[in-house]
Amino acid sequence: MSTTDRAIPDRLRSPLEQRLKSWETLLLAVAVAIFVANSFASPYFLNAWNLSDATFNFTEKAMIAFAMALLIISGEIDLSVASIIALASTAMGAAVQMGVGTPGLVLVGLGVGLLCGAFNGVLVTRFGLPSIVVTIGTMSLFRGISFIVLGDQAFRGYPASFSWFGQGYVWWVISFEFVLFGVIAVIYGILLHKTNFGRAVYAIGNNPTGAMFSGIRVQRIKFILFLLTGLMSGVAAICLTARLGSTRPSIATGWELEVVTMVVLGGVSILGGSGTIVGVVIAAFVMGLVTFGLGLLNVPGIVMSIVVGALLIGVIALPRLWTMWRTG
Amino acid sequence: MLKQTDRPVPPSGLTDGPAVLALDGITKTFPGVKALSDVSLALYPGKVTALVGENGAGKSTVVKILTGIYQPDGGAILMDGQRAAFPAPQAAARSGVTAIHQETVLFDELSVAENIFLGHAPRGAFGLIDRKAMVAQARGILDGIGAQIDPDHKLKDLGIANKHLVAIARALSIDARVVIMDEPTAALSHKEIEELYELVESLKAQGKAILFISHKFDEIFRIADNYTVFRDGQLIGDGSIGDVTEADLVKMMVGRDVSQIFPKRTSRPGAPVLTVTGYAHPTEFEDIGFTLRTGEILGFYGLVGAGRSEFMQSLFGITRPSAGSVEIDGVAVHIASPADAVENGIVYVPEDRGRQGAILDLPIFQNVTLPSLGRISGRGFMRLAEEFKLAREYTERLDLRAASLDTHVGNLSGGNQQKVVIAKWLATQPKVIILDEPTKGVDIGSKAAVHAFMAELAAQGLAVVMVSSEIPEVLGMSDRVIVMREGRIVAELAGPEMTPETLVRHAAGI
Repeated sequence: MSTTDRAIPDRLRSPLEQRLKSWETLLLAVAVAIFVANSFASPYFLNAWNLSDATFNFTEKAMIAFAMALLIISGEIDLSVASIIALASTAMGAAVQMGVGTPGLVLVGLGVGLLCGAFNGVLVTRFGLPSIVVTIGTMSLFRGISFIVLGDQAFRGYPASFSWFGQGYVWWVISFEFVLFGVIAVIYGILLHKTNFGRAVYAIGNNPTGAMFSGIRVQRIKFILFLLTGLMSGVAAICLTARLGSTRPSIATGWELEVVTMVVLGGVSILGGSGTIVGVVIAAFVMGLVTFGLGLLNVPGIVMSIVVGALLIGVIALPRLWTMWRTG
Repeated sequence: MLKQTDRPVPPSGLTDGPAVLALDGITKTFPGVKALSDVSLALYPGKVTALVGENGAGKSTVVKILTGIYQPDGGAILMDGQRAAFPAPQAAARSGVTAIHQETVLFDELSVAENIFLGHAPRGAFGLIDRKAMVAQARGILDGIGAQIDPDHKLKDLGIANKHLVAIARALSIDARVVIMDEPTAALSHKEIEELYELVESLKAQGKAILFISHKFDEIFRIADNYTVFRDGQLIGDGSIGDVTEADLVKMMVGRDVSQIFPKRTSRPGAPVLTVTGYAHPTEFEDIGFTLRTGEILGFYGLVGAGRSEFMQSLFGITRPSAGSVEIDGVAVHIASPADAVENGIVYVPEDRGRQGAILDLPIFQNVTLPSLGRISGRGFMRLAEEFKLAREYTERLDLRAASLDTHVGNLSGGNQQKVVIAKWLATQPKVIILDEPTKGVDIGSKAAVHAFMAELAAQGLAVVMVSSEIPEVLGMSDRVIVMREGRIVAELAGPEMTPETLVRHAAGI
């Protein structure tokens, strides 16, 4: 042990070696396995247009999942995201009735998302309320407003240029939504892994007290994370509304849990402090492939949610069972 | 009868009967620390024994052994001369040992009677709690100690002093033969303290043996019959209180050679860098004012609870003061958060390393660079090479021992964790560094390194504030010492006034 050179090495294991042994690698293997299984199970699977359609199963949810990943890594959560979609979509529908054009609709969607995120953020960071309670409350509140406005009616009549956000293709089978998903993934990947802001998010998630004692403005950063989650919900609301061409108050019901599932499946610790954007990207593909494959086999929706639930528990339990078995 | 061991020759004046409860040659070791080393203690019926010692002398450990919370590693517990074991708190309670702890554990949402009898309530039919009997017995105990409290009230409706009386009632609700009081007067007003003395007298009259732990010499001399002094986990002396003076006790508490292990340094205080005026907090401290110069080490001494850490954390922006101002280099600054403090060149090394000082699950280099990221990054983007460079520079200055800079801080020893925290702050190039109990839980080797480094920092012109409860450290390192008691500055000592005796006198208010 006694070396004459006392200098401490930077790292013992190379970053590449750490990556190969990571959760993301395991998850990627799962994704490939599902892809292969699907291509055997259904003759319609390996078709470019069908695969392109499959991406719509996850692109909108994944946009929110990236912001949610940062929020969960910081030790908070936002369960109101699906209700923000409903409220933003309702606001856009109302704006259509007043004759607002496509650029205005986009601003309305993003603005409502930001406002809802700010409302959650203020309640959590200014008043010190637990985010799980606050956002369960706003989950009912935001969607409730949507129900009051719409009742059993629906808003329609979105302009054709607006529909492009949900139905347009950039090149061949590559949809606008899929490109947007990719761009957002890269932006969040850089934000979390390459900036001071991202480092602060990890520090807060690991030890909020220690982060504050290290001079990090913990509440300000958490507030920004709620803003981002609200904003991404607004983006998802634009895409989803454009794709469906109508707004009902029940739009995106249950998505908050699917988004959280995607984040946790992607290897983000629900207790905060760890996780990567790459993991969430792979998890998005896994969930999209599973639901699409089951859809091709005409499996009913309720069974699909059982499969997704089992997948989540299975993928998370397996590594733990493996270590328990090995250590006896 | 009991075999006479080598140590407990009964101290003079203790000739009235055998001890109810005695410790004989007790040793207790925690990882890295010997908390108690071959200590003995004897408690006699109808007598109050005062246990005296500095913070960290081992008093609390003894209480925990007597009440079955800790198990001794060596030595014997003797009950009426018979060997006894308290493997759990319930066992100690069954043997008639009860304690009123420094921080009482009571339950706000339960009633007074339920608090008193939690765990041993009188039972009625089917083993259900006999509520009527419980309330009646609770009323009896409360009357017995002269407390006018309705046993049906919820605890949260009571004031702090009445809560304390409930804690005392709880301790007396078991048929106790030995009552341990761990700083019972710390939270009480003058009048309540008088009432507590009467209670102690009545317990004595009932023949109960009392162990009384206190920092206040006036009350020790008022109610104790015997004394026992601990220092660094060892028994230093015991005997009848009538045979000693305050000065004797102080000497026994602190007496050791202070000067040798600390780095020799010649202080050359320069220009004032930090001026604090009239700093106050609604409950923790008031009217704190002092000036700190470059190149100076200013010690803050006081008993636990004197408000030193609370003041430092307020200065660092954790809690907001109710009044007062801070000047850095003669310019008034407003500090509302730690981030503000760091920007103004004030950094704080907290006592609670694991929770406040370091982020244990992040690697060393990320801990070190965390407050400096803004300076070494490019427009908010991290530069890994710069990070490792900065982390390497400061951890090497502190002689950190670690497998790699990528090692999680949680895997380091206490001393090396402390070096990471100090390196983190030095990397921000501060003007004032506040160290709160910098060597607590740190092994001897790292302790000397931290001391040497503090001296070096001061020599380089940094202004250092050191909060410490260890008298040798305070005296060995400081140029000046401010003593705090009950949230106020009670003395500022320099040069020849800095002696162990003066520190203890001012801190205890005698």
